[in-house]
Amino acid sequence: MTIDLSTLNVSRIRDGLSKREFTARELADAAFDRIDAVDAEVHSFNQVTRELAHAAAQRVDEMVCAGDPLPPLAGVPVAFKDNMNLVGTRTTCSSRILENYESVYDCTAVRRMLDAGALPVGKCNMDEFAFGSSTENSAFGPTRNPWDLERVPGGSSGGSAAAVAAGEAVLSLGSDTGGSIRQPGALTGTVAMKPTYGRVSRYGIVAFASSLDQIGPFSKTVEECAQTMNVICAHDDMDATSVDRPAEDFTAHLRDGVKGLRIGLVSDLLALEGCDPAVRERVVETAEALAKQGAEVGEVALPSTQYGLPAYYIIGPAEASSNLARFDGIRYGHRAEDAEDVMDLYLRSRAEGFGPESIRRIMLGTYALSAGYYDAYYGQAQKVRTLIIRDFERAFADFDVLLTPTSPTTAFKIGEKAADPVAMYLSDVYTIPVNLAGIPAVSVPCGHVDGLPVGLQIMGTHFAESTILRVAHAVEVATGFESIPPMVQRLGERRGAIVA
Amino acid sequence: MAISEEQVRHVAMLARLGLTDEQISSLGHELNDILLQVEKISALDLADVEPTAHAVAVTNVARDDVVKPGLSREDALRNAPEQQDGAFLIPKFGG
Repeated sequence: MTIDLSTLNVSRIRDGLSKREFTARELADAAFDRIDAVDAEVHSFNQVTRELAHAAAQRVDEMVCAGDPLPPLAGVPVAFKDNMNLVGTRTTCSSRILENYESVYDCTAVRRMLDAGALPVGKCNMDEFAFGSSTENSAFGPTRNPWDLERVPGGSSGGSAAAVAAGEAVLSLGSDTGGSIRQPGALTGTVAMKPTYGRVSRYGIVAFASSLDQIGPFSKTVEECAQTMNVICAHDDMDATSVDRPAEDFTAHLRDGVKGLRIGLVSDLLALEGCDPAVRERVVETAEALAKQGAEVGEVALPSTQYGLPAYYIIGPAEASSNLARFDGIRYGHRAEDAEDVMDLYLRSRAEGFGPESIRRIMLGTYALSAGYYDAYYGQAQKVRTLIIRDFERAFADFDVLLTPTSPTTAFKIGEKAADPVAMYLSDVYTIPVNLAGIPAVSVPCGHVDGLPVGLQIMGTHFAESTILRVAHAVEVATGFESIPPMVQRLGERRGAIVA
Repeated sequence: MAISEEQVRHVAMLARLGLTDEQISSLGHELNDILLQVEKISALDLADVEPTAHAVAVTNVARDDVVKPGLSREDALRNAPEQQDGAFLIPKFGG
């Protein structure tokens, strides 16, 4: 039997396993068949973990045989961004400096996915240390967008996004510091969520900017996003910023509809010069569709978010320069040969191991934190953060959720923005304020422009994930987005058999 | 507030990055381009605004003081580029 993962979802997999239509082993092999078929072109993966997936599949198949109740993600092939530790894998952050680093403990979010019965198929390519918006800043070569192989999948979690879009995994996890889950979600036509800061433990993820980083899921559907959130959201005493709240069922209100919900279109962000008019049009049309379903749609402004990008390009690099100080060539990672002394070892190991964007951000952050500049840059950026939080508080007094495009454009060409860091940074203009305020947001596909997916960003106040997922589900129903890229559809047609 | 080549060299030393002259020169240009964008916020009058370090503040987090297994020495050393007698090996330091 040939299983096409693009046509399966989490519930269908669980159902099929318990009815013994297929085995977890067959599901794992379906993922590896797809990876074998497309990954030479797409390059979602840095490492494929056949043995780990087969061992996990065997455990699930034994549960099926024993008639045990199946855990929520039983038999679901999943992929993890390569900054998440998992024993039995290398965790490289797509960097030369960690090229051979072997995980010695598990990331909590990864462990929760595996304890829920998921099958780990591999570790996904990313911008080095999550510095980028295109996955071109990988020491191991770029990932390509399954919708158009000449284009980027977004970044920094581009491999995690492409893996789900191409059906190489049913779910994946990424990390989002300034948009690194949502922007690739938009560019690859996947559902991509950044939870409220503190919802998901950061233990075991290689830190970029500790006050902004948050782990979240990629999936084909909003329901699967909610199902994954149910698994990964939990208090963890290994992360001091993890919030201790009662467990929520994020699937409970998905189908409640949007009648009576107050939805705010963020007018000043929508009017930004760099926003593609066709992208803007899809977003406005979607808001109109929600109004037809009974939502009260209005307009709102977030004037301080114009300072979000500059504040982020101080806070992010400042925290990163501090976090990346640990890569010193002594305890782990690349070590320069024949160092004369410790200083020589530091200077050369780091310069040899880090790629150009990492060096740029470490330099920017070190400068911003250095004597005489701290108040003007880092201190000022933290005050801007307060202004942005106040803007959101005012907006959420009048609206339940806020809408913007996730990205100002659809997927851009590989190389198009690689030489201009400032232009690249602009692709995160809509996503960055969300990280600065610590609020949750989801990107959901809301249509196409010239055959490329457009993402709608739905933002809510702290811990309002259920509400934004409810709106996302209404968007999914209203737009009827076709989530399978043409290259994958052709693959299915060529092979004929599809299990639906 | 343009950053000079001398400052770039100083920052590279603070960051422990042994960069080439070519890298220093191109980083000077790139950092100035980025800092130009950042000037937008340096000019704001925010004297009365409190800074935010964490958007979702949790305070006084402490877990119960219970002994749990940590990394074994073997695991801690697993990725060491050089080790000796159960310790990380480093080149000589100081004068």
